[in-house]
Amino acid sequence: MRKLLLAASTAFLVQFSAPAFAAEHTLRYASAGDIYGLDPQSTTDSFSINFLMHIYEPLVRYNRELKIEPALATSWEIVKPDVIRYKLRQGVKFHDGSDFTADDVVMSLMRATDDKSPIKGNLPALKSVEKIDDYTVELHLSGPTPLLNNYLTNIAIFDAQWLEKNNGVKPVNAEVGEEGYTTTHANGTGPFKLESRRPDAQTVLTANEGWWDKPEHNLTKIVHTPISSDATRVAALLSGEVDVITPSPLQDAKRIAGSPGTKVLESPGLRTIMMNFNMRDKLADGNVEGNPFKDARVRKAVYLAINMDLVRDKIMRGKSRNAGMLVAPEVPGFDEKLNQRFPYDTAAAKALLAEAGYPDGFQFNMNCPNDAYVNDEEVCQAMTAMLAQVGLNAKLVTEGRTLHFKKAQEGQADMFMLGWATLPMLDGFSVLSAMLHSPEGKLGTWNPGGYKNAKVDELTKKIDVELDEAKRRQMMAEAFAISEEEVAWLPLHQQPLSWAVRDNVEVVQTPDDLLRLWYARIK
Amino acid sequence: MFVFLVRRLFQAVMVMLAVAFIAFLMFRYLGDPVNNIVSQDATQEQREEVRQRLHLDDPMIMQYGRFVANAAQGDFGMSYRNSRPVSALLAERLPATAELVLVAALLSLVLGIPLGIYTALKPRGILSQGLQILSLIGISLPTFVTGILLILIFSVWLGWLPSFGRGEVIDIGWWSTGFLTLSGIKALILPSFMLCLFQLTLIMRLVRAEMMEVLRADYIKFAKARGLRNKTIHFRHALKNTLIPVVTIFGLQLGGLIAFAIITETVFQWPGMGALFIQAVNFTDVPVMAAYLVMVSLIFVIINTSVDLLYNVIDPRLRADPTRASGRGA
Repeated sequence: MRKLLLAASTAFLVQFSAPAFAAEHTLRYASAGDIYGLDPQSTTDSFSINFLMHIYEPLVRYNRELKIEPALATSWEIVKPDVIRYKLRQGVKFHDGSDFTADDVVMSLMRATDDKSPIKGNLPALKSVEKIDDYTVELHLSGPTPLLNNYLTNIAIFDAQWLEKNNGVKPVNAEVGEEGYTTTHANGTGPFKLESRRPDAQTVLTANEGWWDKPEHNLTKIVHTPISSDATRVAALLSGEVDVITPSPLQDAKRIAGSPGTKVLESPGLRTIMMNFNMRDKLADGNVEGNPFKDARVRKAVYLAINMDLVRDKIMRGKSRNAGMLVAPEVPGFDEKLNQRFPYDTAAAKALLAEAGYPDGFQFNMNCPNDAYVNDEEVCQAMTAMLAQVGLNAKLVTEGRTLHFKKAQEGQADMFMLGWATLPMLDGFSVLSAMLHSPEGKLGTWNPGGYKNAKVDELTKKIDVELDEAKRRQMMAEAFAISEEEVAWLPLHQQPLSWAVRDNVEVVQTPDDLLRLWYARIK
Repeated sequence: MFVFLVRRLFQAVMVMLAVAFIAFLMFRYLGDPVNNIVSQDATQEQREEVRQRLHLDDPMIMQYGRFVANAAQGDFGMSYRNSRPVSALLAERLPATAELVLVAALLSLVLGIPLGIYTALKPRGILSQGLQILSLIGISLPTFVTGILLILIFSVWLGWLPSFGRGEVIDIGWWSTGFLTLSGIKALILPSFMLCLFQLTLIMRLVRAEMMEVLRADYIKFAKARGLRNKTIHFRHALKNTLIPVVTIFGLQLGGLIAFAIITETVFQWPGMGALFIQAVNFTDVPVMAAYLVMVSLIFVIINTSVDLLYNVIDPRLRADPTRASGRGA
């Protein structure tokens, strides 16, 4: 009866909505959260930035293979290691009709790297921008920056006059207590224009007829609605009220796939889930003197005790991809040879523990989020049980993400879970600089456990300024190999991405979990 | 009367101060907003800088003091998440919540009172007994389950009503209303029904119990003896006396409707203040949470005060003794 009703109602909807689509091609999209505002330079939230890149555009962008391609810049050349010259695209117009020129790039990049800018960190190393002529700019850097283009994919270009006219030259400053014009208005060069927006309710974009690029999409309109409740989001898709939902809850995959007119899109994502080890002098919550995790044999024993095949098959419903490296295959720096996990072996784990002087194991705490990653809490529960089999008593602490990451940063955990997608950089260097280098200024910001290897530190600093890609890759492989041998972190898996669409919708699912609707088509 | 209002105003201020204080006591257990604001690989210095900029490194009592001082001047600060003034965010969401609560409140009265009367007059009828059982389910089922069931039936299976949002809204000045469009009204049906269900069953059962009580009273027997028509007895004499406690309970429950709206708004993605609050909690958006809690406590005080005043008006016996009415707690 239920199936029949569902089929009937879907047929009804398809029948009655089809003519409207043919004329209009409106894509209705529901995501779990809303964008934070309309200013693409006001937040580091990758969902917000990506959504706003439908309206605004960067100098260079990722294509559907996540390779960098020209956008507002047409070409670039290295003048000196720390000076890069960009040729800009001519004939591009902002949505309000004004021309795109070098002045816009200068002002936008300086705005993004202003001292008060919240996204200053997304474009490190930029010192100044020089206008050479109307369609050429030079970026002056504090040193060689091999990943400059990767950074630039995240920096939206505003219209300089529009910013000046609306008092938006400086970034929106939350402490002043006044509302920025750019938070509630938008004027970009992108494939879609802002039509209307009601925060947390609906944002409507219309196709930009005057876009410089040949559109691959065939949409005339995008209606975006945030729907935070999983059940409601799925219901909205099944009832035909929306065409695309991200994310689609794993547990509803069968139901969506089994319903007529809808399908699930699943693929492993970029985000690698891993566990950090406390390597400070004492355990945060242990029953032994000192800290056993300082001994690489103990860390390896933990690694060997975890059966990731079981986690994949039983908890992740076969959808995850087990990882031996800390980066996913799509990320530059990945090396298939290094991606082999140490095989699951409890006997070897016990032997290693005994060798390290802990034949009876020991106690420590393990902190996990319960709302940050796919089935995060369940994975941790399973790991606790597996560790118990080799005599390790992991006391599991699960909390919401805000508390979890705070405690992790403060060093209150002996092992904690972290997911790292290397975004927005999209390069293995992100892992080396943030998680494997010892804490030191801008480096090792996510290495609260305090892993330190002099060689890894040295390589990381070299990779940072190496412009020769082959050498850079080679050094990355070397650094990753060392850290893997020492089990600096315990890699687990890449979690699956799960979206769902109506059958007549085609979207490109990139592993960074960002929906680029300029590739979407409605049949 | 004037003294009563001044006293109430003073109480209201005290309640709001206390709510804000308790709120600030709790905020630090919610986690660190800085992690949500800076990029994932921000340096320790960048984190510290943001922390200082937002005064998060100050002791709790100073943060509280600053909030109160600013709030007294009408400034609730800026949302960390949206970088917009909190007052603007709340004002934007107020119409959605107000319309939802209004419709839910009306529904609970318009449906609850007649159903209550019916079940009181025909206590042994099959329909009455069925309603009684249904009301028991309505009162005991968690509201979010009811909401999801409603979505499943009316949106997914039947496809009659939208499963989320407010539909099309029309702006009248700063107030956005969903009453003026068909899609807006359709969008209101499921959420307002989910929200009112608890009050509806409460009112129905209350009216039934009161009515049955009243129908046994002597003056009803006298009215019957006088040969008055049943209709007159039931609706002119019995119902009027039934309604006094109903009004009180209804008023007090109105605050509950606003509070429960948080769940309804989350299930139906209703863009109201409750949804804003839930988002703020997830983001540890302290200014939004503080302002919302203070505002809701103000609404509670206003409602309770109005109910006390109304009680005075309806029940003539209380009018002679004003101290009794004003003695009720906020």
